[in-house]
Order: sequence, then structure tokens, then C-alpha cells
Amino acid sequence: MLYRESGQFKTSYAADQQLFPILQDRIGVLTLLAVALVAVPLLASDYWLTAILIPFLVFALAALGLNILTGYAGQLSLGTAAFMAVGAFAAYNFQLRIPGIPILVSFALGGLTSAAVGVLFGLPSLRIKGFYLAVATLAAQFFIPWLLVKVSWFSNNSSSGVITAQPVEILGFVFDTPVRKYLFVLVVVAVMALAAKNMVRSAIGRAWMAVRDMDVAAEVIGIRIMQTKLIAFAVSSFYCGVAGALYAYAYLGSVEPDGFNLDLSFRILFMIIIGGVGSIMGSFLGAAFITLLPIFLDIVLTDGAIWLGLNLPSGTTSMAQLVVFGALIIFFLIVEPLGLARLWQIAKEKLRLWPFPH
Amino acid sequence: MEHEHNTGRRIGGTFLSVENISLAFGGVKALTDISFDVREHEIRAIIGPNGAGKSSMLNCINGVYRPQQGTIRFDGQAFQQMDPHKAASMGIARTFQNIALFKGMSVLDNMMTGRSLKMHTNLFLQALYVGPNRREELEHRQKVEHIIDFLQIESVRKTPVGRLPYGVQKRVELGRALAAEPRLLLLDEPMAGMNIEEKQDMCRFILDVNDEFGTTIVLIEHDMGVVMDVSDRVVVLDYGKKIGDGTPAEVRANQAVIDAYLGVAH
Repeated sequence: MLYRESGQFKTSYAADQQLFPILQDRIGVLTLLAVALVAVPLLASDYWLTAILIPFLVFALAALGLNILTGYAGQLSLGTAAFMAVGAFAAYNFQLRIPGIPILVSFALGGLTSAAVGVLFGLPSLRIKGFYLAVATLAAQFFIPWLLVKVSWFSNNSSSGVITAQPVEILGFVFDTPVRKYLFVLVVVAVMALAAKNMVRSAIGRAWMAVRDMDVAAEVIGIRIMQTKLIAFAVSSFYCGVAGALYAYAYLGSVEPDGFNLDLSFRILFMIIIGGVGSIMGSFLGAAFITLLPIFLDIVLTDGAIWLGLNLPSGTTSMAQLVVFGALIIFFLIVEPLGLARLWQIAKEKLRLWPFPH
Repeated sequence: MEHEHNTGRRIGGTFLSVENISLAFGGVKALTDISFDVREHEIRAIIGPNGAGKSSMLNCINGVYRPQQGTIRFDGQAFQQMDPHKAASMGIARTFQNIALFKGMSVLDNMMTGRSLKMHTNLFLQALYVGPNRREELEHRQKVEHIIDFLQIESVRKTPVGRLPYGVQKRVELGRALAAEPRLLLLDEPMAGMNIEEKQDMCRFILDVNDEFGTTIVLIEHDMGVVMDVSDRVVVLDYGKKIGDGTPAEVRANQAVIDAYLGVAH
């Protein structure tokens, strides 16, 4: 009843092609942004900001990067964490070695370095597809963290390659408290998500999807397959690189190459599979699912045990949490293989008609 | 009967000619020494039994396959081997025998993709979706909407093509090819698997495209009624060799063609 577009007539293609053609969607997005920008900083505790919301946003950005490559352009990658590492270490080195460079420029250069490395490791995609390509991107996943440890120049000769992020300062304003860090991450992620949405609804996004869905037909139309795939690798790695820089600068503060391991790559891959492959929103839903659900389960199981008067040995709840988490992943994949974004879309379609069946 | 539609339509000089094309996959000879020409604004049919090399011929013309021998002359330029990108940029578009649409994308996006070569804004402007990119998107949307109107698929423009019935998908694929505003349109069995009404619609679209836009069309088709009705001239292939070439009436009277493909009424 509330979510209905009757009476909203579009009289121009411009009105039809805007970002959110339905009025309710526009209101919803603006409300969400207002909550995230105003209400959350006012109400959320430091624990919520540093341990939950900042990592959620950082992982959402990394998932968005992977989704561009895997969801839109159809190139499976297992090197996400490695590209994040490149972004983090490159931003650190630009900050360290170029005096007076603005932090945002360092982040952008970190992203661009990651993009260049991504293109390099994307070259095999011109010959191989699918699982074989995934294995080829594993090379990046193993090689890059190894290189970052091996060549101590990258970490400014620190032991075992640990880097400590410099303070984030823009025009004299230091983003040091959790609230400030959160706002910084939020703005970067929101701007980049908007840019991603714009790309996927423009010519390049259509080219990515065309290559994904039917490469011969795309080639016959005149799309250059090689160029399109490499742009996908570049843009995806740029996003992952910036996510990596945020991971180091706004979330952990100090990182080591071994932190960007295959486990992290898999986590981000699971985020897009559960959230929705080929959906911007799915990246956020998936990141929320993977980062928030364990915390939620932890609270529910611990409190539930107390409430039921059970005296469980320590560790049982964390075990139970893993079991429930795994079961939920399987459940969601069976109910909707296309992810949470698809469930959301179905819900919206139903809402448009509610309370009528058709 | 076959020329009723083209009164007033001017058939021009030779537009495309393939000369002595031979194509082999290892030891399998798909095409042997094929030559024929296509005139401007003409509808040229290629017929023949299964495995005769018809689709391979189209694939050579737009560069998906590289023939070992022969020359393709298109619009005054000669090519030993065509390249798909070059073919597309010179105005050759095609449809496929087994629908090759982008299944995850809407009808509209599929057709917008057909105009890829005409869109030029850079990645940065696309990410911002401002100025030239916005204008370009709107301008091309307008052009694509004309084709959507023409093919009468307005109601499904936002539907992902994977959800559409077969006949409509065939129509969308024609639309995607038309979106590129081609000068030469290669249609690989546009009517395969359709019922009579769908075939009639498709015939009408093909003739209208030819009439209104002046597009030269090369089509592969098995339905002899359709071939005889719509085409100006027909090439007949059998086992990779050309066995007949001429107007539909000539081809129908050709003994070699009757033996290999058409057969006789019993």
C-alpha cells in the first residue's frame, strides 16, 4: 500500500533513467543516508562504530569491488585480499615517502596502484575462464603478501612487514575518534558506491554484462573483449585497493601482509554470493550478513543461554554460533541462490501489489 | 510474387562480395571456394541442407571465423580476413541461430548494448553520470525506443530477456542488431522454431527494415515459402560448395538444388 508507484507518471526518458525512478525509493535512500550520517554518530557507542559499523562499510566496499569483477563482468577472482593489501601498502608508502601529500591523494594513488596490479593479474583472463581463472588469481593471493613480507622496503623495514597507518588528516582536521573515522569511511564508501552504480548503468556496465552473458555476441557488436575485461579488473582492484587502505587507516590502524590472506578473500567472495552476484546493493547486504550476523548470534545465544538458565561451558556458544551461521548460509543459498538482493527485489515486487495477489 | 514488396526500392551496385572463400577446421572442409555477391539494398538468402556451411559463411563475413583462402570485399575495401570489431564498425550486424542475447540484462539494456560503438564518453564521466554521459544515454535511449516501437516490444522493455518467450527473444535479438543502425544485416535463421503467426510478423519486420532503412540483408532460412517470398536472390550451399545462385525462380528450377535440398513432390 505504501510502496506503490501509481500516479507517478514518467513523461521523459530522463525521468525514467534517473537513479531511483520510484519516489518511495528516493525517500528511503535519503532517510537511510540521514540516519547513517546523523543519527548513528549521535547514538552509536564506540564499540558499535569501531567493531561493527566501520568493518561493515570497509568490507562492503571490498565486496562491491569484487562484485564489479565477478558479478558484472563474470570473471571469478580469489585475489581480493591481495588487492586490498596492495592498496593499503601503497597508500602507506605514498604517505610516508612523499612529504605533505594529502591523505585522499594517497588513497587514490593506492587504489590506482592496486588497479595496475589487478590488470597485470587479469591478463590470464584473456585466455582462461571460470574456475581456471580463479586459480590463476590465486597466484596474486599468494604472491603479493609474500612479496610484501619479503621486500622490507614496502613496510619501511619493520619486522614481519607490519605497517602502522599514519593519522588521517584532511585540511587540518584529524579523523582520530571512532565517530570521525566512521564518518570518513561512510562518505568514501557512499561516493564510491554511487560511482559504481553509475558505471553499471552506463555503457561500460553494459559491456561488462555483455561479456559475462555472451562473449561472442558482444564481440560481434563491436565490444573489445580484452579491453572490457581489463577495465573490469582495473576498476575492481581500485575499489579493493581503497577498501584495503580504509581497512588499515580507519579500522585496524596497523596491519601486516599476512592479515590479507586467502581467508579474507573467501569471506569477501561469500559476501557477494550471499548478498547477490551482480548487484550493488547485494554487496552491502552480503557484507552486513557476514559481519553482523556472527555478532548478533553471539548476543542471542549467550543471552538465550542465560535466560534459559543453562550453565554452558565456555566456548559452547561460540561453537553453536558457527554451526548456526553455517546452517543459515546453506539455508539462504537454497531458498534464493541469487542472494539477498534478489529476495529484496521479490519483496519489493510483492509490496507493489500488496494487499492484492496480482 | 517475390517482388511485390520492393516496388520503388532501388537495388544498387555490388556491396559485399566474397571471392573464393575456403574454410577448414583441421581436416574438415566447411567451405570450399565459395564466391557470391550481395547488392546494396538487396535481400539475399543462403539456403542448403544442415551442415552445408551456411552459418560458417556468415561467420566468415563478420570475422568470427578466419577463412584460410579468399577475399571479402565490403563497401569497396578488400579483406583477407575480417575481424569482428572491424566488421561491426563498418556497419555489419548479425543475429545468431541459437539466440545469443545477454540473458541477465533487460530488453532495453540489450538494445543499448547494440549501440556500444556509437557511445564515446570516458569511464570517468560514466562514473559521475553527468554532462556528456547523461546526454549520450538519453540520446541513445531515444534511438533505441524507435526500434522498440518498430518491433512492438514496448511492454517488455524492462524485462530481463531470459524471462521472455522464444519468439519475443528472436525479435529482441533483431532489435539489438538494428540498434547498431547496420548497413548490412546478417540473419541466421530468424524464423527457426516459430509458429506461422510469428513467422509472418518476422517476415514483415525483415521486409520493413529493408524498405524503411534501406538495410542490405543476408539471411539463412530453411522455410522455402519464406525464402521464395522475401528474397531477391538466393545462394544454395551443399557440403561447403555452392551449387546454385540466382533468383528464387531460377534456383527452384535448378536440378542440382532439387537433388540436394528441395526434393520433388511425391
